[in-house]
Amino acid sequence: MTARLQLAGVSKAYPGVVANDDISLSVAGGEIHAILGENGAGKSTLMKIIYGVTTPDAGEIRYDGKLLEAHSPGQSRALGIEMVYQHFSLFETVSVAENVALCLEGRLDLPALRLRIRETAARYGLAVDPDRIVMDLSMGERQQLEILRCLMRDPRLLILDEPTSVLSPQAVEQLFTVLRRIAAEGCSIIYISHKLDEVRALCHAATVLRGGRVTGEVDPRQATSHELAVMMVGSDLPIPERPASTPSATPRLSLRGLSGRPLGLAGRRLQDISLDLFGGEVVGIAGISGNGQSELAACLSGEALCPAGQVLLGETPVGQMRPDARRRAGLAYVPEERLGRGAVPGQSLTANTVLTGYASGLVRHGMVRFAEARRRASAVIERFSVKADGPGALASSLSGGNLQKFILGRELALAPDVLVVAQPTWGVDVGAAAFIRQRLIDLSRDGAAVLVFSEELDELIEICDRIHVLSEGQLSEAVPREEATKDRLGALMTGGELGPVAEPAE
Amino acid sequence: MSYRIEPRRNASALANLLAPVIAVALTLLFGGALFAVLGYPPIETLTAFFIRPVSSMYGFTELLVKAVPLIIIAAGLSVGFRANVWNIGAEGQLTMGAIAATGVGLFAPEALYPMLLPLMFVAGLVGGAAWAGIAALLRTKLNTNEILVTLMLTYIAGLFLSFLVRGPWRDPNGYNFPQTALLPYEGMLEPLDPMYRVTASVVFALIALVALWVVTARSFAGYRLSVGGAAPRAARYAGFSEKGAIWVGLLTGGAAAGIAGFYEAAGPLGQLSAVISPGYGFAAIIVAFVGRLSAPGILLGGLFLALTYVGGESVQMSHGIPSPITRVFQGLLLFLLLASEFFVSYRLVRTGRAAA
Repeated sequence: MTARLQLAGVSKAYPGVVANDDISLSVAGGEIHAILGENGAGKSTLMKIIYGVTTPDAGEIRYDGKLLEAHSPGQSRALGIEMVYQHFSLFETVSVAENVALCLEGRLDLPALRLRIRETAARYGLAVDPDRIVMDLSMGERQQLEILRCLMRDPRLLILDEPTSVLSPQAVEQLFTVLRRIAAEGCSIIYISHKLDEVRALCHAATVLRGGRVTGEVDPRQATSHELAVMMVGSDLPIPERPASTPSATPRLSLRGLSGRPLGLAGRRLQDISLDLFGGEVVGIAGISGNGQSELAACLSGEALCPAGQVLLGETPVGQMRPDARRRAGLAYVPEERLGRGAVPGQSLTANTVLTGYASGLVRHGMVRFAEARRRASAVIERFSVKADGPGALASSLSGGNLQKFILGRELALAPDVLVVAQPTWGVDVGAAAFIRQRLIDLSRDGAAVLVFSEELDELIEICDRIHVLSEGQLSEAVPREEATKDRLGALMTGGELGPVAEPAE
Repeated sequence: MSYRIEPRRNASALANLLAPVIAVALTLLFGGALFAVLGYPPIETLTAFFIRPVSSMYGFTELLVKAVPLIIIAAGLSVGFRANVWNIGAEGQLTMGAIAATGVGLFAPEALYPMLLPLMFVAGLVGGAAWAGIAALLRTKLNTNEILVTLMLTYIAGLFLSFLVRGPWRDPNGYNFPQTALLPYEGMLEPLDPMYRVTASVVFALIALVALWVVTARSFAGYRLSVGGAAPRAARYAGFSEKGAIWVGLLTGGAAAGIAGFYEAAGPLGQLSAVISPGYGFAAIIVAFVGRLSAPGILLGGLFLALTYVGGESVQMSHGIPSPITRVFQGLLLFLLLASEFFVSYRLVRTGRAAA
């Protein structure tokens, strides 16, 4: 039997970097094939080559035995190759059915289309209602809609790029059920991920990439996570050191009955949140985005204001202070969106150092001290081994993980009393993630209070002294590190002890 | 055979700088073609338009007279444009600045005459800034669109000027012409050389350019504005006030336009009439963008746009070409500049292959 997809010797070089080097792999019909690798391992380039966005420098791609040459994404779709990107491409203000209609050819017949959507959804067990507005859908539902949109076109090869990065554990389970059903009908799936457990639970075969080369071809059901990780990273992973620490006598950051307004139309109202954060400890806020994470983070950073007494830095009420004033009072914040919020895309790393460093000596007599900013940017680049073309490099030229290292390094260099970090390792490769986690622990052991928002439970369990769950705008009791398990936190996330479930219609 | 537009992977910095140069070259090309179609010899007419006017000392000083208001206004507008604050009503702010400056010049008691020019300068500045301030107030309080508000305020300013010169401020000895009395001698700028009309405003234009450079390249205020313009959410994250950026952006442009109004009133004009500006406030927008919102670029762009005014007058006299030719050239330049800029970040790709 010819393989559904066969790559032989595919190479692609960009100026200064070989993204793919002599990659060969084979995907059979109905197979779920994992492409496993760290950020920058060349996964995305490879997918772009398969989908026809990029042309390889060398090598050949065979689809059902036929050679594909200089094909376009349009031709790929005509052949039954569909791709779901990590960042959803949905129109938020229109309905599910209209979103599906936008990527189908031919005349628009909405009533008939609604019917087809219901049929397809039922066939694969997807919870997609054609009449709902995308804005009101949870991340899990949006993911299902993206997949349904592909299924409507009867794909024979489905490419999923990090599909679980925004899903709750329960939604991940549900996604896997759907994917297994799709594969059982003969459609091949390429599953890009750096999450080892998922690959082991779902995939029939795995190709591991490192530095653009294939470093292993394994049956993930047989391999251990450790074996896969070593293939991915090339060495054993460091386990973070967590020296014991004694919390400060008084809290560094306190929330007193905080009830922030929802941000945006799909936002969440915070419900009477109280929390004390002490120096010397790392506290985690678990939960899926959209449950009040953005609102709580904005109330802490000062991007959203609230009654003064609801947020205290030390003993100072700061609820009415803007971010610049809070920064001067010793708070630093790393947002989850790096490009456009944590950093200005079209400006250099030097200029981006001024973005938060202006309160600590980078501005004198109303003039920016760019030479000093440049020195600081260089120091961050060196200390956090940021891969960048010097401090003059534009923020937009860095990969997501490298930019995150830069932003985190920039904030840590300010030696804050309180650090609030959202999704510290989102999209960051395994090695860099371990490094970042260690820095967060180190900062707390130096006496600072660290608050971490994360969707990755493993990460929180690894670095936090205690973990709260934010679900439906409510903050759970603290779960001490010793008692924190994925199951216990997962139950809190879906409202196990908090009333209504977090993900409607599931 | 069909074509498709796709974003360039790496927009080149050089192409970004070259875009205005290409636009100017294409403007000359299309302008020449236009002359040819209208039945004028293209090379000869272009020479008459762009070269002959500045080949005499008089022509050159006239070029400066027209370049000064363009450069001052463009420098002020650039501050706002960098912060994505779109003040397109500089024409109205210039008018209000000229009205305020002339009002002080005409009605100040003689005791103030030794101080008259500085007072008029301040009045012009305040007049222009206040007019732009209305748009800032409405934008920050009611979230109105500053593009529409500044533009509409331009018409109000024009009608207000018309009302003044036809009504309360009309010169009683002016044979009913719609114009004010001449400013007193102390309220007029001396030309640098009695042979020509160019005044010390040239120096101020250069100061404005240096100020623009300092603000945009070095100052923290300029940094905040550029962050606000390039990434509003990053500005919010950093704690830079969005309202502050709107106020600074609009007031700076308004003040600059008002100062230009003062220089027009106290310089070449010497009095107000129903029309005091040949569209400097609008042409300055083109200057700002041709100049990439940067000081050196605005200097060159200001001189080129001034040339379209001088050249338009010149070919009207020598060839009988109607004066709106100036506006045609300005429009061509703006259009071609936008087109060139588009191709800095996008490219046209032929997609002639049959679908597989």
